Amino acid sequence: MLEVFENVFTPSNVEFLAKGMALTLALSVSVVIISIVFGTILALLRTYEKRFFGKLAGFYIEMFRNTPLLLWILVCCFMIPYGTIVIRGGLALTLYTSAVIAEIVRGGLNSIAEGQFEAAKSQGFTLIQTLIYIVLPQCFKSIVPSLLSQVITTVKDTSFLQVVAIPEYTRSGFVVMGRYTTTPEVFMIFTVLAVGYFVICFSLSCVVRSYQKRTQIAR
Amino acid sequence: MFGEGFLRTIEVAALALMLALVLGIIFGVISTSNNKVMRGIARIYVEFFQNTPLVIQVFFLYNGLAIAGLRLSVFVIGVLGVGIYHGAYVSEVVKTGITSIPEGQVEAAKSQGFTYIQYMRYIILPQTIKIILPPLTNQAVNLIKNTSVLAMISGFDLMYMADSWASSSLDYGPSYVFAGLLYFILCFPLATWARKYEERLKRNDTTRILYDPCEEAVTC
Repeated sequence: MLEVFENVFTPSNVEFLAKGMALTLALSVSVVIISIVFGTILALLRTYEKRFFGKLAGFYIEMFRNTPLLLWILVCCFMIPYGTIVIRGGLALTLYTSAVIAEIVRGGLNSIAEGQFEAAKSQGFTLIQTLIYIVLPQCFKSIVPSLLSQVITTVKDTSFLQVVAIPEYTRSGFVVMGRYTTTPEVFMIFTVLAVGYFVICFSLSCVVRSYQKRTQIAR
Repeated sequence: MFGEGFLRTIEVAALALMLALVLGIIFGVISTSNNKVMRGIARIYVEFFQNTPLVIQVFFLYNGLAIAGLRLSVFVIGVLGVGIYHGAYVSEVVKTGITSIPEGQVEAAKSQGFTYIQYMRYIILPQTIKIILPPLTNQAVNLIKNTSVLAMISGFDLMYMADSWASSSLDYGPSYVFAGLLYFILCFPLATWARKYEERLKRNDTTRILYDPCEEAVTC
C-alpha cells in the first residue's frame, strides 16, 4: 500500500495534477462569473421583453438547455477557428451554463410582485434603475442556493472538457494514469481524482445547506 | 447511422431512468427513516455521487474495472453509470417531497394501525408524486443529456455517431446540427411539460406547497 502511494505520488505527478486542478478552478470561476452576467441579461429579456429580443432569449435558453453540453464542446472546439483550445472549451461551457443560470434567475424574477415596478415608477425610477436597485437584489437573494448548486455542477462539468484534451484536473489524472498498469495504482489515481472534486463540491454543498438553514430560521 | 445512435441513446436513457427511479425512491425513503445507520448510508450515496463528476464515474466503470479484470459492455456501463449518478439526484427530490408532507399525517396513520411500508405506500408516496413530478421530469431531461458521456467511451450512442460521422465525412456542421435536433426532440417536450405542470400546480393548488421546486437542484 505504502509502495503504491510512493509510486503514484511522485513530485512530478503531484505538480502535474496540481496544475490540472488550478486550470479546473480557473475555468470554473471564470465560467461562473461570465455566465451569471450573461444569464441574468437573458432572464431579464425573457421575462420583461415579450417581443423580438425576449423571443430570441427564449430560443437561446431552450436550445442550450435541451441539448447536451458535450455537443457544444465539440461544436466550439472543432468549428471555431479562433482562440486557444482552453478558450474555446470555456466558451462552450459558458454558453451552456448561461442558459441554465438564466432559468434560475427567471425563477427568482417571477417571485417579485408586479406592484414593485409601479411603486418604483411612481418614485421616478427608470426601468434600469428599478432593475438594478430593486428587482435584482431581491431576486439574487432568493436564488443563492440554486446558484451555488449550479456552481457545483459547473465544477463537475469542466471534466467534460477532457474530451478535447484540455489539461484540466480529469485530463491530467487520465494522463498520469496512462503510465501505470497495476490495479492498485490505477485505483489510487481514480481516488485522487474523485477526492479532488469531492472536496470542492462537498464544501460548496455544505455552504448551500447552512445558508438554507439560516434563511429558514430568519423567516 | 444516426438512427442507430438515436435508438441506443433512447434505450440507455430509458433503462438508466428506471434504475435511477428505483434507487432514488429506495434511498429517498431511507433518508427520511428514523434509523441513523440507514440515513447515513443514504447520505453517503447521495453525497458521493452528487459531488464527483459523472465522467470520472463512467471512466472508472470502463477503465478501472477493466484493469481489475471486470469488463462490462459499454451499454451496461451507460445504464449503470448514468442510472446510479442520477439516482442520487432523484433520491434528493424524493426526500424533499416526503419531508414536505406534514408530520401530523404520520401520527394519524400510526394511530390507524398502518405499518411503515403501508403508510409510505398508501399515504405519503401518492401525495409526494404530484409535488415531485416537475423536478423529476427535469432530472429525466438531464439524464438524457448526460447519456452523451457514452460518446467518450465509444458507446455508439447518438453523440458518438454524430462525432464519428463528423470526423469521417468532415461535415461537422450538418452532423452536429442534426444530432442537436434529435436531442432537442427528446428533451424539449419533457422540459416544457414540466414547466407548464409546475405553473399549473402553483396556480391551482389551494393547499400551500411547502416545497419550492425552484430552490431544489434544478441542475446536475
